[in-house]
Amino acid sequence: MSTLSSQTVSACASCNSFDCDPSTCSARQPVEEIVETAPFAASTEGITAATRNACKLCTPLGACLAFRGVEGAIPLLHGSQGCSTYIRRYLISHFREPIDIASSNFTEDSAVFGGSSNFKTAVKNLRRQYEPELIAVATTCLSETIGEDMKRLFHEYYAENWEEGHPHMVHVSTASYRGTHIDGFHNAVRALVETLAVSGPRTRRVNLLPGMVSTADLQHLKEILADFGLPYTLLPDYSESLDGETWAEYEKLPSGGTPMKAIAETGSAQLSIEFGHTIAGTKTAGQFLEEKFCVPCRSLGLPIGIGETDAFLETLGTASGRTVPAKYRQERGRLVDSLVDGHKYVFGKRAIVYGEEDLVAGLCAFLCEIGVEPVLCASGGESGRLEEAIKTAHPAPLRKSMAKMEIRGGVDFAEIGEDAERLKPDFLIGNSKGYKIAKKLNVPLIRCGFPIHDRIGGHRLLHLGYRGAQRLYDEIVNALLEAKQEGSEIGYSYL
Amino acid sequence: MKEIEIIPEREGQVQRKGNVSAPMACNKKSAAGSVSQRACVFCGSRVVLYPISDALHVVHGPIGCAAYTWDIRGSLSSGQQLHRNSFSTDLREMDVIYGGEKKLLLALRQLIARYKPKAAFIYSTCIVGVIGDDVEAVCRTMTAEAGIPVIPVHSEGFKGTKKDGYRAACEAVATLLGTGSTEDVKPHSVNILGDFNLAGETWIIKKYYERMGIQVVTCITGDAKIEDIRRAHGAKLNLVQCSGSMTHLAKMMEEKYGIPFKRVSYFGIEDMSAALYDTAKFFSNDPTIMQRAQDLVREEVGNIYPQLQAYREELQGKKAAIYVGGSFKAFSLVRALRLIGMQTAVVGSQTGGPDDYKQLAEICDEGTIIVDDSNPLELAKFVLEKDVDLFIGGVKERPIAYKLGVAFCDHNHERKEPLAGFVGMLNFAKEVYSSVMSPVWNFVPRRQPGRAHTGMPSAQEKSVSLEEKTP
Repeated sequence: MSTLSSQTVSACASCNSFDCDPSTCSARQPVEEIVETAPFAASTEGITAATRNACKLCTPLGACLAFRGVEGAIPLLHGSQGCSTYIRRYLISHFREPIDIASSNFTEDSAVFGGSSNFKTAVKNLRRQYEPELIAVATTCLSETIGEDMKRLFHEYYAENWEEGHPHMVHVSTASYRGTHIDGFHNAVRALVETLAVSGPRTRRVNLLPGMVSTADLQHLKEILADFGLPYTLLPDYSESLDGETWAEYEKLPSGGTPMKAIAETGSAQLSIEFGHTIAGTKTAGQFLEEKFCVPCRSLGLPIGIGETDAFLETLGTASGRTVPAKYRQERGRLVDSLVDGHKYVFGKRAIVYGEEDLVAGLCAFLCEIGVEPVLCASGGESGRLEEAIKTAHPAPLRKSMAKMEIRGGVDFAEIGEDAERLKPDFLIGNSKGYKIAKKLNVPLIRCGFPIHDRIGGHRLLHLGYRGAQRLYDEIVNALLEAKQEGSEIGYSYL
Repeated sequence: MKEIEIIPEREGQVQRKGNVSAPMACNKKSAAGSVSQRACVFCGSRVVLYPISDALHVVHGPIGCAAYTWDIRGSLSSGQQLHRNSFSTDLREMDVIYGGEKKLLLALRQLIARYKPKAAFIYSTCIVGVIGDDVEAVCRTMTAEAGIPVIPVHSEGFKGTKKDGYRAACEAVATLLGTGSTEDVKPHSVNILGDFNLAGETWIIKKYYERMGIQVVTCITGDAKIEDIRRAHGAKLNLVQCSGSMTHLAKMMEEKYGIPFKRVSYFGIEDMSAALYDTAKFFSNDPTIMQRAQDLVREEVGNIYPQLQAYREELQGKKAAIYVGGSFKAFSLVRALRLIGMQTAVVGSQTGGPDDYKQLAEICDEGTIIVDDSNPLELAKFVLEKDVDLFIGGVKERPIAYKLGVAFCDHNHERKEPLAGFVGMLNFAKEVYSSVMSPVWNFVPRRQPGRAHTGMPSAQEKSVSLEEKTP
C-alpha cells in the first residue's frame, strides 16, 4: 500500500486550480494585498453600534460549561433548539469530548403561550434517557424575554411529578443580552450553591471556586489541595468529565465532576476561595455562602505567575495549618531559575493580551513579572473593573515605559486588530480567535484560555500555579526565539 | 449500564430495513429534552447565505448567534473575504426593552460606510421576533440611503426548523434575481444551486462544466458575488445539489423565469458522472457536449480508478455509519462507500423527507438502521450495535465516534478538504483510509476489552473520604 498517501488534494489559493503548485503560481498575490480587502482596513470613523468579531460569547455557554462540571448533571437550555446546538459545537471544538446539552425546543406556540409544556416534556425525556442526578436549567434570551417564571414552572412540575429519588433541579437566568459567558459561568456556580448547599457543623473543608479555567488547571488545583491535606469542594470540576478516557460503552453522563454531596457540604466549610478580582464583592457563590452560612470568602486573583500563586498557596497554608509543601517551593525555585536564564529574550517585548477579564488580569500580572510590556489589555467583558483587577493582580509599580499600557473593556477583535496595527506588538497572548491578527502582523500567538479551535489539546493547557507559569514562560520565550530564528537569513542553530 | 432506549415520541423515526411497516415519521419538531443534532431557523439561513463574500452579514440580536457563526464554514472566496467576519448588533437589555431598530439602523450606516459591501443581509434572531422590531422598515430605509440592497432574512430561531431557515434564505436571495444584465449569458448555461465552495469544491465542478462547453452563470452560494446572483435568471438550467436548502429557490425560478431544474450530487463517481450526463442530455441540441462529458468522465475516472481500487482492497468489508444534515448527501455517501468496498450499517439525517428515507432504504442492505433527527445516545447505541469501523458526520458527531474508538470522516461544512468531484472522491477514499487504518484503534477499549476504562475514583471522592477520617 505504499502508493496510498493520506495527503489530500487541495486547490491553489491564488488561481483556484487543483493542478497548480501554489508556491510558484503566477496568480499569486502578496499576502498584504489580499488582506486589504478584508477587515481591519484603516478606520476614519468609529463603529459604535455593531460588534465585529466578538471577543466574548453568550451567557448560556458559560452556564452550560459550569454545569458540565457537576457529577451526574445534564444541562437543559430552556429556549430554541439552536442555542444548545451552537453551544455544543463551540465547546466540542475546544474540548473534543461529547458534550450533551438538552433543549426544551421552543416553537412559535411556546414563544406566545409560554414554554411550560415543553419544559415538562423535556424533564421527563431527560430523566428517561440520561437518569441524571441534577437537571441544570438555564433560560436563554427567548424564554427570559417572554418572561418565563421558572420558580412557578418548577413548582408546577414538582406538584405533578415529585417522587422519591427525583433528580434535583437548579435554575440560572442567562439572558444573553445581560453580561457575557463568564457571567453565565459564575451565576451558574452561584445557582448551584444557592440550591444545593446546606448548613452543618463547621468542617475543615475548603471550597475552591476557580472560575472558567482549563481541565489541566482543575487537575493541578486538585493536586495542590490534596498536597495541603485539605478536604475540599472544587466547583465546578470538569477536569474528568471534559477530559476523559476512551470508552468501551457510551457513558450517558461522563464520569467525574463535583459530587452533589460535596456541593451540599460547601455550606459547612471553613473557607471559600474564589478566583477573579473582577468578581470580588459581587453576587458570587462565595459571597452567598458567606451571607447565608457564614463561610468566609477569600477573593484572590487567578493564580497565574509568581505573586498570585504565592497568595493562593499562603491562603491554603493558613487554612490547613501547614507550610507550603516542599514540592511547590521547589517548583517556584526552578521557575525563578528559568526566568533568570531567559530574561533577556523577553525584556521589553510588547504584548497584546486579550480574553476574559480575570484571565487578562492574571496574564498581565505574569507578563509584568517577567519584563514583558503588555501594551494592550483587552476584553469583551464589560464589568468596568478590568483596570482595577490588573492593578490588584500586580500591585508593584510599573516601569516608566509601561505606564502607557492601554486597558480596554468591551472591545471586539476588529478593534483589537486596529489597535494592534498601531501598537506593533511582538506577540499576542490569548485564545485562538486572535490568530488572524497575529497572522497579519506576522507575530507569534501564544494560545491560552478559551477557545482553542485550531490546535489539539487546548483544554489541556496549564495556566495556573508555578507549573502553569513555567509552561507559559517556556512557550513565550521559545516563540520569541523561533520568531527571531525564522526572521533571520543566517540560519542560527545556536541561540 | 442501563441500555440506551429510544424515547417513545421518536419510535417512528427509527427504522430497520426489512422490518418497516410505515413510512418514516419525519418532518417533525425535535422532541423537547432530546439532544437533537439539529440547529434552528437562523442556522439554516446563516449557512446558506454565509458564502456570499461581498455582502455584509449582520446578525440582529444578542451576541451568541453571531459569535458562534464567525468564520465557521470552509467556504472559499475568489475575491473579497467580508463574509468571514461576524457582525452583530449585540443587543443589550436596554435595546430589548426599548427596541433595537435605532441600533440596527446606526450599525448598518456605520458598517456600510466602512466596508462598502455590495449588499447586506440582516438576520433576525429569536429575540427580534419577540420584541417586534420592524426590521423590514429599517432595511427599506437603508436601501434608499445607501443605494445597495439591504435584505431582511426572517430567521427567528423558534419559528420552525432549520428547513424554514433555508426557505428564508432562498426568499432573501430571490429578491436579487432578475436585477442584473444577462447579456453575456450563453445558450448553454447553468446555475449551480446548493454548493457552498467548501475547500474550493465549486471551482472543481465549475471547471468540469466549462470543459463540456457549458457556462456556469452563478453558483448559489459558493463563491457567489452579488453581481453574479443578480444575473442568475439568465441561465437555462438550474442544477440543485443541496436539495434540502435550494429546491425552494429552484421552484421559484422555474415559476418566475421558466428555468427548469435537476437534482444532482457531486459526491462519488456514479453521482458525479450522472450529474454531468444529465446536464449534457438537457443540452442535447449540441451532441458535442455529451461527447465531451463522456471524454471527461473517462479521463477523470481513469485517473483515479487504480488508486481507488487499491483503497478498496484495504477497506473491503468494513462497516460505516452515516449521519448528515441532508438526506440527499446520504445517498451519495452510501454509493461512494460501496465503491471503496464498505457497507453502510447505519444512515440518518437531520432533515430528510419521507420519500428520501424510502429511497435510502432501497439502496441500503437488509438490516441497515435508518434514522431521522437522531441524538448522541441513539447514535452511540447504533454505532455499538452494528460495530461500525467508520462514522461519517460533522463536528457534533465526531466525539461520539472518537469516544467509542471509531474512525471518523468529516463531511460537514467545516471540512477543509474538497470531497466533491472526481478528485473529491479520491480525497474521500484517502480520508476514510487514513482514519480507518490508523493503528491507534488497536489501543482503544473496544479493541482491547481487557484494558477497559480504569474506573479510578475521582480525586474529589478521595477527598471526601479523607475528610471522614478527620476527627
